[in-house]
Amino acid sequence: MVPVNYYIILSAILFTIGALGVLVRRNPLIMFMSIELMLNSANLAMVAFSSAIKSLSGQIFVFFVIAVAAAEVAVGLALIVQIFKSRHTINVDEMNSLKG
Amino acid sequence: MQLSETISTGFLFLAPWLVFFPVIGLLINLIFGGRMSEKAIGWVASAASGAAFVVSVLLAYSVSAAHGEVLRWTLAPWMHVGDLAIDWTFRADSLSTTMMLVVSGVGTLIHIYAIGYMHEDVRFKSDLGRYRRFFVFLNLFIAMMMILVSGDSYMMLFVGWEGVGLCSFLLIGFWYDMDTLGRPSWANSNAAKKAFITNRIGDFGFLLAGFLMFWKLGSFQFDSVFEAAAEVAHNEPWVIVAITLFMLIGVAGKSAQIPLYVWLPDAMAGPTPVSALIHAATMVTAGVYLVTRSSELYTLVPQAQYIVAMVGAATALFAATIAVGQYDIKKVLAYSTISQLGFMVAAVGMGAYVAGMFHLVTHAFFKALLFLSAGSVILGLERGHHHLAHHGGHGGGHHEEVFDPGDMRNMGGLRKTMPVTFWLYMIGTLALAGIFPFAGFWSKDEILLDASLHYPTVYILLSIAAFFTAFYMGRQIWMVFFGEARHDAAAHAEESKPIITAPLMVLAALSILGGALNLPFEGFHNLGHWLEYTLHEVEALPLNLQVAGISTALALTAIVVSWLIYGRKPLTKGQPDPLKKPLGLIFTGMENKWFVDEGYWAVFVNRYVDISRFLADYVDWRFWHDFVHDKVIAGTYNWLSTIALNDYADQKVINWFFDGWGRATQWLSATTRKVQNGFVRSYALSIMLGVVVILGYLLLKP
Repeated sequence: MVPVNYYIILSAILFTIGALGVLVRRNPLIMFMSIELMLNSANLAMVAFSSAIKSLSGQIFVFFVIAVAAAEVAVGLALIVQIFKSRHTINVDEMNSLKG
Repeated sequence: MQLSETISTGFLFLAPWLVFFPVIGLLINLIFGGRMSEKAIGWVASAASGAAFVVSVLLAYSVSAAHGEVLRWTLAPWMHVGDLAIDWTFRADSLSTTMMLVVSGVGTLIHIYAIGYMHEDVRFKSDLGRYRRFFVFLNLFIAMMMILVSGDSYMMLFVGWEGVGLCSFLLIGFWYDMDTLGRPSWANSNAAKKAFITNRIGDFGFLLAGFLMFWKLGSFQFDSVFEAAAEVAHNEPWVIVAITLFMLIGVAGKSAQIPLYVWLPDAMAGPTPVSALIHAATMVTAGVYLVTRSSELYTLVPQAQYIVAMVGAATALFAATIAVGQYDIKKVLAYSTISQLGFMVAAVGMGAYVAGMFHLVTHAFFKALLFLSAGSVILGLERGHHHLAHHGGHGGGHHEEVFDPGDMRNMGGLRKTMPVTFWLYMIGTLALAGIFPFAGFWSKDEILLDASLHYPTVYILLSIAAFFTAFYMGRQIWMVFFGEARHDAAAHAEESKPIITAPLMVLAALSILGGALNLPFEGFHNLGHWLEYTLHEVEALPLNLQVAGISTALALTAIVVSWLIYGRKPLTKGQPDPLKKPLGLIFTGMENKWFVDEGYWAVFVNRYVDISRFLADYVDWRFWHDFVHDKVIAGTYNWLSTIALNDYADQKVINWFFDGWGRATQWLSATTRKVQNGFVRSYALSIMLGVVVILGYLLLKP
């Protein structure tokens, strides 16, 4: 049995990679993937805890998170397609028309 | 008991109606007069006065039925403060009812006369609206005069005293916006003010007498005062002397004696019925009434009596000399009134109260007659003048000149054009001159007789005054009614209507027969016996042929002399007075009233004007207005508002604060705006940092 610490450390590493990806990359598709990475790092932590404390509630949470993430990606990709149609680019740094 | 009391007081319960009737008449004319015809207004007023006369007769009857007992009727309490208790108490005794009868009787006749007189007067002066006002004032006067003579205390007398002063003021200034000739000017108002202010000086004396009376004698009620006076006169005689002399100042004001007589000639600015009623027959005799009413005080102090008698005698002579030099028909009568009031005051001063009251009554008859006849003459000339103005054509601009219908130099020959008025005037003149058997003869002789027995100086002064009286009346008759008309208006003068002449005939009858009131024969001292109820110790003197003979001789001589000067060779148009040349400076003095008015101006009035001017110009205007108000108050306010509050508090502090607030908001928004840069990744970083901070806090918190 692998100790839960290892899962948590892996989860932290994945979350950090995801967060850095969101902050650093300018392509929204990559950013979405990074967000997925962060979500899944959290899923991993919850599944690990769930198995460690012998409770299924963490796993049920994970199902919800996966479902919500799928819905979110569907909406996000649709937005990106529409933005590309109108502006012919998907570079997030050029989408700043709401700046103060 | 109750029944017998009712009987003994007779008609006393009517006493307040002496005042109420005229007030009702006044109110009717005041409220409904605007919708009533002139005739109705006049007759309502006359009826009100006539009703007061009826009440007076009933009261006199009650007094006589009660054998002269003093009857009192308390209407309402007035002032009850500490020891002071004054009620509205009406007093009917032989003295007050005598005055009531004169006031309301002569007053009613004059009301009736005024119906005709004012009808024409308001038309000559072109202001019909004032007809009603005249009768309102006249009724108010009757009411006030009734309060004066029927009061049972000095304070109630004073209310009437002030009230008639007010009416006098209102009626002298009746045509307040013109002079006596109808030209726009303030002359009539000034005359009214002069009368009022001069009377105020007299009233001040009356008030001082009143204060002293209450302080030392403890009451205002007549009988209590007299009762207390006897003892005080014994211990502190100066008190009574002071009271009587202060009262004399009041008498001098109201009854036009030296030195306060100057208002009465100017009072002729009022319409002629006013001159007759107020300034000859009734109001001006209030002073004589006051002295007679206070006889018990005066009898205690012979020194004061002497002063009163001398003031009266001096006034009688002084005013008579001025009357000789006057040209205005009413001015002559005004000075004659002052002179005759001097006779009365001298009489009451000598203690000859019956003689004084007798002369008061007869004088009311014949002087009212003379004034009203003079009014008729003036109206006659006005009519003549109007007649000419409307049928002009001859003479061109001749009638544009100001015409004075009261100037005797414009008259002459009126005997033919106004015969009724002429005969009435003759009767009045003979009565005033003291020709047997007219009323004036008996009353004046009684005064002269008393004077000859007690005060030789007074007797001499009064005899000379009587000589002048007959002389100036003769002069007036010759100038007005004889000779030829000296003005076209006089030539076309028209006789007055019966409404004017009828009351005059009644007065003429009274002037002829008035002497019968108190004939100097055994059994005929009616007025004396009547007044004895009130005055006690009345001396009934028999006829003294020597005194009567001298005075008649003087009067006849004076008339003859006046005929020699004015009658034998009548004045022609533009001719100066024939006395002017031989008398020179003396006549100039008489013509100009001995410059007394000018003297008063120089000594008192101008000083007063100077003080007023100083107060107005320096104290009020320059100090109070310019300095205190403008500089100190307004200046401080301006400094505060413009500099302190506006420049500093408002502009610098408050404005700066809100400007700063605005700038701070701008700065803050400009600064924080930069955070919202539109880069999605920087927002994400913010969220990340926020999460880190919150998590750090949660983890590290103790």
